[in-house]
This record gives sequence, structure tokens and C-alpha cells, in this order.
Amino acid sequence: MARSVLVTGVAGSFASLFARRLADLGEGAGIGKVVGIDTMLPPGDLGGVKFVRADIRTPVVGKVIAVEDVDTVVHLDVNPPKRGRAGGAKELNVIGTMQLLAACQRSATVKKFILGSSTAVYGSSPRDPAMFTESLLARDGVRSGFPKDIVEVESYVRGFARRRPEVLITTLRAAQILHPSIDTPLATYFSSPVLPAVMGFDPRLQFTDLRDAFAVLEQSIVKDRPGTFNIAGDGVVLLSQAARRLGRPVIPLPPIGFATAARRVLRAAGSDIPPDLHRLLTYGRVVDTSALRDIFGYELTRSSMDTFDEFRESLRPGIMSAVGGRA
Amino acid sequence: MTDERKTIGSAGKAGRGNRQTSPSAAARALAGGSAVKKPVAKAKPSAGSTPAPKTKQPVAEPAAKKTAKPSARKSAAKTAATAPPAQPKPRLRAVTDEDAAAAAAAAAEEAAKRTRTAGSAPLSAGIPLDDIVVALIQAAQRVLGTDWEARVATLLATIRKRMSGDYEVDEFGFDPQITEVLTAAIEPLAEKWFRLEVRGIENIPAEGGALLVANHSGTVPIDGLITGYAVKKYSGRNLRPLGADLVFSLPFVGQVARKVGATLACTEDAERLLTTGELAGVWPEGFKGIGKPFAERYKLQRFGRGGFVSSAMRAQVPIVPVSIVGAEEIYPLVGNVPSLARLLGLPYLPITPFFPLLGPLGMIPLPSKWIIEFGEPIRTDAYDPESADDPMLLFNVTDQVRETIQQTLYGLLVDRGNAFF
Repeated sequence: MARSVLVTGVAGSFASLFARRLADLGEGAGIGKVVGIDTMLPPGDLGGVKFVRADIRTPVVGKVIAVEDVDTVVHLDVNPPKRGRAGGAKELNVIGTMQLLAACQRSATVKKFILGSSTAVYGSSPRDPAMFTESLLARDGVRSGFPKDIVEVESYVRGFARRRPEVLITTLRAAQILHPSIDTPLATYFSSPVLPAVMGFDPRLQFTDLRDAFAVLEQSIVKDRPGTFNIAGDGVVLLSQAARRLGRPVIPLPPIGFATAARRVLRAAGSDIPPDLHRLLTYGRVVDTSALRDIFGYELTRSSMDTFDEFRESLRPGIMSAVGGRA
Repeated sequence: MTDERKTIGSAGKAGRGNRQTSPSAAARALAGGSAVKKPVAKAKPSAGSTPAPKTKQPVAEPAAKKTAKPSARKSAAKTAATAPPAQPKPRLRAVTDEDAAAAAAAAAEEAAKRTRTAGSAPLSAGIPLDDIVVALIQAAQRVLGTDWEARVATLLATIRKRMSGDYEVDEFGFDPQITEVLTAAIEPLAEKWFRLEVRGIENIPAEGGALLVANHSGTVPIDGLITGYAVKKYSGRNLRPLGADLVFSLPFVGQVARKVGATLACTEDAERLLTTGELAGVWPEGFKGIGKPFAERYKLQRFGRGGFVSSAMRAQVPIVPVSIVGAEEIYPLVGNVPSLARLLGLPYLPITPFFPLLGPLGMIPLPSKWIIEFGEPIRTDAYDPESADDPMLLFNVTDQVRETIQQTLYGLLVDRGNAFF
């Protein structure tokens, strides 16, 4: 039986690309229909995706699931806030997930629920272990912003799993994707002409390759892979190393008042810093992806450094690249 | 030299003169044309190497010499430093001795030429430039060996790679290159200042995981640094210290700690390191150990909750007890300001006989004599990994490790004699 897949948040850059790709896979991969839902029109062409303009925060989403006979829900509408709509992001992330899960709970057709989560769920603190496995929780707790949203979203999904044990639930916690066409906070940050960094800290960062993210999502739709899995390129990139590779100057700022100061600096340089990056840029975060390899059965094709380098090539070389001697 | 060429009275307002070398307009009027002679007299010191005849300004001549000398020396040093490395940089080929000699000769000649043109100041009298260049090259050869040009080229290539971010760190943030540099930097501190003696280095397994368990002391955890140095220097392996979370929350300290291979002391990290065959180091006394008063020196505190034993048992690696003598005396802790420490979020705020009193000078560690003994490994593979959950067994093994270290400490103290001499 061909699947009918509902993808939420298709106005986002990643979700729209993914939905389109899924529709292109078509019957050959066992995907009959792809329905995209969002409140805004997607920026590009969605190809074979059937777009429904609706708000997942309203019960309309239940009707969409019923009408389209959806059996697989891919929830990608959990996004870090952008500057200017910080209040709205929480509303969309948490309330949207609640409504969507309520609709899925009612529906008799939904067999599979895939949550596009983030490694932000682990938080960032000096008490972190070197690498997070899926069973670990944020050490210092998460206080605010997107990490708190994502923790709440995951807890709702776990609640849904308890109430509908027959639905297969896959939670994919991905590190931030670095790709010129995908809009993530770190991609925005690295595109700035100067990089404000927290003085005295050199965080370890990880990135996910776009193709790896697509492949893991596809496989979790086509195959049955219930569970929680981390996705991030192998290895780590230090922030100082990343800045040198980009040839962009690092501006060390004191840890106290970093967010405000960094914003000022970037505004002056004609750019902006996405919110909620402060702790990640202080303590960094590394996850263990052995579960993805051993249990899920997917071998990541690109390391964090490869992903970063590919992204770097899409940017203009920074002003320091003459010193670094990197072409 | 330039001030001598100034036109008359240019230092002050027009016609005012500058009181020393150029008389004022009024003075010139009084003297009646004698001022014209001055430039002629002044040209002399810069013209030749012969001592200038006694003129009105005996001060001017040594000053001119003084300014000429450093500039000549600087340019010589500059040519010696820049010219030879510039040659191997474009193509990294094997450098033969003839090449080195030719480069040295060329550099010497160029340096000489430059200094000759640099100024008309008397040079040949005082500074044997050729000798300096030759001496510099010889010094480079002595410090870096006969293949010094290749070495310099490699060094430059390494620096270039670092600058362009072309290096790898592992998941823990461990950077082997930085660690090597820091190890070399610590060497004088360990060998000359602390006169470190290392015993039982053969007890560190040549390969495979092992857990080093050491006593902790000295107010500031320098013992961890020196242990890491000793392991690297004498066994060639990298020690991966497990540190408290405070280390990683401090700016700069946490960053360097991660780069030299440290990670948080938690079971996940310990087991990850040990199962991948790394050499992990723990100081189970923690802050109770380093922050204890000087009067209680070499009395081991409680060894945590025995978590390190369970980690070693799960990973089935041996435990190497490490006894460190000498760290207690570097900063004798005679007082503590608990209220201020709590305010700053620190476990204690040390007062040593010198610390707040002498300011930064009090932060210099006292030169005590150090002995580090690596004891016989305690095997854990006799127990099965499941017994890591048996608290009674854990306490027993913890006590065994603690007793071993305590007994070794007493022995080492007797061996060492006086703490400082």
C-alpha cells in the first residue's frame, strides 16, 4: 500500500525541500501522496506536493488528516525562532505540536509519527558529558527559548506514544544543518562578516549534512525504525577552527552580556545573530551517533568537517583568508 | 641625526631658537653672523668614523652613535631571520649543507650591504656584522640541528596549517599539537623548578586502556598538569585527565583543559575513554584533596563514591595507583575565606603565606621537590563487568587503592627528606 505522508511546516526551507524530494521519490519508494501544510506559502515550487494552507494550531489539521487519509505524519514544524517573531515561535512549536498530536490521536489512519527534533534538547552546560547519547537528559536543565520548546515538544510526543502505543514513533535529534539553501541559526551566524565569540571558550560544534538528514528521514518513513536517534556528522569542529577556515575574524566578547554585545557587533557589521545561540557558542555540544549506525542502520556519509567545508565553499572567503593562506 | 639637520630655530617658534644647538634670533643678532658656521661644524660627526673635534655640543655625537647602532643590529638580525627561511618555503626540498652554506653567505653579504647603506654612521669600528650573522646561523644549527632549514620550514608549514584551521581534534576536543607544545613548555617547571623524579613508569601499560588514580593536593591542581607531563614525557602516551565541572565553566581554563585532553569526570566520559583504549586519570579526592589545610598534608581524604572503580570494572581495565609527593608544599594553604568563596562560586578561597600578601608574586609555586610513583596496576578483569554494581566490592577496591597510595606516600616522604632542598 502506498503511503500518504503529511509534512508540516513546508514553508520552511528544509521542510519544503524535503517534501518535494519525497514527492519525487513517488510510488517506487512506496510513497503515494505527499501533503504539505503550513500557514504561509512555501518560498519555492513544491513539485508534486499537495499544499494545504492551514494552521496546525487549529483543529483543521484533524480534518486534513482524515480527508487525505494520512498514515504517516512527519512533523518538521519545530523551528528555532528568528529575530522578530521570538514569541510566535514558541506558540507555533509547542501549541502546534499539541494540536497535531491531538489530531493524530483521534485519527484511525495514522500509523507512524516522525518528529524532526534537534540536539538542542540536550542543552549546553559545563556539566555536559563529552558526548550525549540518546538516553541522557540536559544536565543543567533548559531554561528558555528553543531548547525549552523542544524539550516540551518531545515530552508531548512521548505522552502520545503512551496513549497510542501501536503508532510507530521516530524522534530524530539532528544537529544543525549547514547548507547554503537551508536557513539554520548557525548557518546565519557563520555567514556574518565577523564572528562574535565568548571570550575564553572554544565550543565544540557538530553539523549535519543535508543529504544525510534527507536520507535518514526517508528511511524512517519507508522502513520502520521506532526510537530516538541522534544525527550529526562525525567528529567535531571547534569554533576557533571554523573561524580560521572561513577566514573571518573572531571578536571575543565577555560571557556576561554576550547576547546583547554580539547583537550590537553584528548589527554594526550589517548582519544579525539568531537568538538562543549564546549557550551553544559557550559550551558547545557533541552527540553520539552510534545508535543511528547500529540500531537504525544508517551510515552517515559526511563528517562535521566535510559538511562545514562544503558550506564554506558557498560563502565568500573572509577578510582574514589572506593571512590563513587558504584559497 | 635628524635634529642636526634642522634649520636654525625650527624647534620653537620662528626666531626663538631651541636653546641648545640653534641660537635664537636675538642671539644671532648679537653674535653677528657667527651662526652660519654651525651647520659645517655639525656635519662632522656624521661624516667620518674619526672622533669629532671638540665642538660646542659634545653630547650630540654619542647620541648619534647610539641611534645608529641598534638600527644596524636590527637590520642584521632581520636579514638573518627572514632571508634563510624564505628560501625553503616555496618548495620543500631536502636542504644540503652546501645550500645552507650558500644561503648563509648570501645572507651575510646582504646583511652587510644593507647596513652599509643604512647610514653613514661608523659601523666597522664596533660591530662585526659578518660574525653576528655567522653566529646566528650557528646558533640556529646548534638549537635545531644541522637540518635546521628543513625544521624551520616544517615549523612554518605547521603554523600555516594552524592559521588556516587545517587540523583535527577528537570528540573530546583533544588537540595533540597544542598538547605537545604545552608539554615542552611545562618541562622546565617540572624538571628544573620541581626537580621531578618519576618512578615505576613501566607500570603504565604500553597500550590499551588504564585508569590512573592519584592523590590530589596543592591548592591549585598543578599536580594534574605535572602528572600529564610525566606520563607524556616518560611513557609517550597521552593522559586524559577527568576534571570537575568547575574546570569547564571557567573561561580560558576550560578551553585549555579540553585541548590538552581533559574531560568531565562522569561515568559516561570515563567509560568512553577507557573502552576506546585511552589512559584516563582521576583525582578522586577532588576539592577536598586540593583544598585541605597545610597541616593535613599527605593525609588522603575520602575517595569519592568509588565511581572510578566501577568505570574501570565496566571497561575491564587496570587501575594504576599514582602517588604524588611534592604538590602539597607548592601553595601551603593556611587559611580560607569560605564566605567570599561562596560568593564567587568557588569551593574555597585560598590564603597561603604569600598569596594575597605579595599579590601576583605570591602565585609563584614554591620550589618543592616532587616524586611521582606509578604503582603496580590493580587488575579489574578478574571481576565480571556486572559486579560494578556491587557496592560492597566497590568499597573494598576503592579502599585498596586508597591504602596503596597512602602507604606509598609515607615511603616516598621518607625517601625525599627535606621538602625543598
